[in-house]
Amino acid sequence: MSWAESPRTHALPDGRLRLTHGPIDLVIAAAGSTKAVASALSRGRAAFQTILHDLAGELPRLRSAQGADPKGEIAQNMLAATAHFKPQFITPMASVAGAVADHILRAMLTPNHGPNHGLSRVIANNGGDIACWQSTGEMILAICEDPARRSAGARATIPAASGIHGIATSGWRGRSHSMGIADAVTVLAPCAATADAAATLIANAVDLPGNPAITRVPAHVLSPDSDLGPRLVTTDVGPLTDPESETALAAGHALAQDYITRGLVHAVCLAVNGHRIAAGSAIQLKEPAHA
Amino acid sequence: MTSTKRTQRPEKIRCDACPVMCYIADGRAGACDRYANQGGALVRLDPLTILENKPQADLVPFLDREWEGELLTGDDMFVTAVGSGTTYPDYKPAPFIVASTVQGADMITVVTEGIFSYCGAKVKIDTDRHVGDECAAVRAEGEVIGHVTISEYGSQMLSLGGVHHLTGGSKKEGRVTCATLLALCNGEEVTLDIDGGAEMQISAGAAPVINGQREERMRVGCGSATVGMFAAQWKGLVDEVVVVDDHITGVMSEHQAGKVIGWEPSGIRIKGRRSTPGRYFQVAQPGTGWGGTDLTDPLTILDTWKPAQARPGLSLLMVSTTGEHAAYYELDQDLTPVQKDMPARLLPSVQRIEENCEPALASVLFMAGAGGSLRSGVTENPVGLTRSVQSALTRVTVGGAPVMMWPGGGITFMADVTQMPKNAFGYVPTPALVAPIEFTMRAADYAALGGHMDHVVPLSEALKGMTGPQNDHRLAGRRSEASKTLWPLQPKALK
Repeated sequence: MSWAESPRTHALPDGRLRLTHGPIDLVIAAAGSTKAVASALSRGRAAFQTILHDLAGELPRLRSAQGADPKGEIAQNMLAATAHFKPQFITPMASVAGAVADHILRAMLTPNHGPNHGLSRVIANNGGDIACWQSTGEMILAICEDPARRSAGARATIPAASGIHGIATSGWRGRSHSMGIADAVTVLAPCAATADAAATLIANAVDLPGNPAITRVPAHVLSPDSDLGPRLVTTDVGPLTDPESETALAAGHALAQDYITRGLVHAVCLAVNGHRIAAGSAIQLKEPAHA
Repeated sequence: MTSTKRTQRPEKIRCDACPVMCYIADGRAGACDRYANQGGALVRLDPLTILENKPQADLVPFLDREWEGELLTGDDMFVTAVGSGTTYPDYKPAPFIVASTVQGADMITVVTEGIFSYCGAKVKIDTDRHVGDECAAVRAEGEVIGHVTISEYGSQMLSLGGVHHLTGGSKKEGRVTCATLLALCNGEEVTLDIDGGAEMQISAGAAPVINGQREERMRVGCGSATVGMFAAQWKGLVDEVVVVDDHITGVMSEHQAGKVIGWEPSGIRIKGRRSTPGRYFQVAQPGTGWGGTDLTDPLTILDTWKPAQARPGLSLLMVSTTGEHAAYYELDQDLTPVQKDMPARLLPSVQRIEENCEPALASVLFMAGAGGSLRSGVTENPVGLTRSVQSALTRVTVGGAPVMMWPGGGITFMADVTQMPKNAFGYVPTPALVAPIEFTMRAADYAALGGHMDHVVPLSEALKGMTGPQNDHRLAGRRSEASKTLWPLQPKALK
């Protein structure tokens, strides 16, 4: 079988590589000695070549909440990352973007990677779900919940030894469907797959069930293949009052706190309709510029 | 009462662009957001690059601006193959066969993205420095991806890629070769290591970095040429001039130019193989010192002076062909040169050598052969296209950039990658490069060579995103770039 599109690589002018294949759109970057950076990027690219093909082969299993264990390495990591959150309804697909980012990050890092091996920082950004590693210092992450207006958002500070290697964001405005009304839920976790799954579930929990301002459509009407099947997903959110926004945020915040207490994730930032709330210590809230 | 007619559910289609094979509902996009179902047709949402015939076009990002239906002719717009997609293996016509009117003439442009297994890059590096012996292997990430070829005037030449390295060696060799070519052709910097030679960072249109040092200038000429150019200017300011060069070292008093305008013999003797009077080959080994030699002390190329002609106090200027190295000497009582400060009277001439050097650049020509099945996407009679190109009835452009077409069989061409739109190249894991290619000819000539006339779409419709029936993937976006070269659609240049 042949497809019109195969994995493609574009070198960006700033030295990063963009890897695309079907729905995967990754930007990978590394810092360190020229030689170490070049070989890290080339390892990342090599690891990318077969990813979509392997995942596509197990899609029916990955789109369902139960079944036989999948075979592929990424598929198994997706299963493991989502298993933490059962018995809530979740399929391995909730962590696919993060699991791919984790896989590329692992490929880019050498055994005993670090300054002695020429690398100081490696980032695999899979359409906003990010796997990252750095040897020293701290990484500052700007969280923007409103790309259309580009207003300033919260900020996360991630020290090298924090154990945070995954960042993922979910919301109803994003590329995948959400059952909630969060504009963006950003999760900092030990790996991107876990962050991805947690962000999906917390974003689902940011909700106002029965509120008439929210338009919902069965997921399979929008995407016949969706792992969410006939479950209702949000397609529009009308004007909300401030108390409504806060009620929705509180529901998500409670779940975020639960995940933090259970040690599943490190920190969470939630935003609805210009309101923002954080859980965990790594995130500093700033007032939205347009408030 | 009539029964209410059931509303027909919109048809969902299966996308075959990638292994995910999404089912896409009408009016929605697939998981990638790049392929969509518009009324049952699969539409590719990637931007097609359009060249605009004006010095500076605003880059119009994908769908930033919908096509407003301005009336346009081929005098203004040229559809490049960048982003056009391909109908490889070309069992059906090329994705875009576009009709336009240029200065009143009906023209056809066939637009496709070719997959080139036979392709590579010819790299010209403006430097005198010895980067490696002829035929020495050129490596990227440790893999051999090409070799050093015959040097040209003031420049070192590399021949990279080609079918042997792409598909004839190990898997890694092919992958690295493909990645390096892709980066070079898209204008990115690559690191190249030459066996027994230099390590270089090269990117098209930028100064090369050789062994960690950025090259500033290419030499003004060989040593002999430099002697000729400056013979009159140095006359009366110094008794002897030696221009040190890896190719030909020039000696003023012996050189024809010096003799004609009256330079006296100085008694100098050069170690090295004399070619003609005042011109010496192989005064030293090639290297990264004076004038592309391995010299750090230029005196090592001088033999003892002839006592009959030399005299104490005689002045000598030694200079390299870029003016980068220069030293001034006077002979002592034993006729041994002793270095002195450069006198002010000689500084302008050394500076002038520098000023006359052109900036050193690395340039990259993409070279490929468009044979095989690509031609059937253009015409039902593939050899007709080859003949039409050879007889200059059909013009070939690569992303709108002009090509140098090789005479002889096939469609083998070279094109300057800096003249193409950004990121014009892609690759497939074969490994092979994907490059845009357009064939432009008069409509009558296209019909005569067996062109797919029933698949032609007018320029205005192509710009709206319409295609002929051969294309499953309708393009809905476009991106404009200013043309960097001669306008590709010039009927006058065609026979």
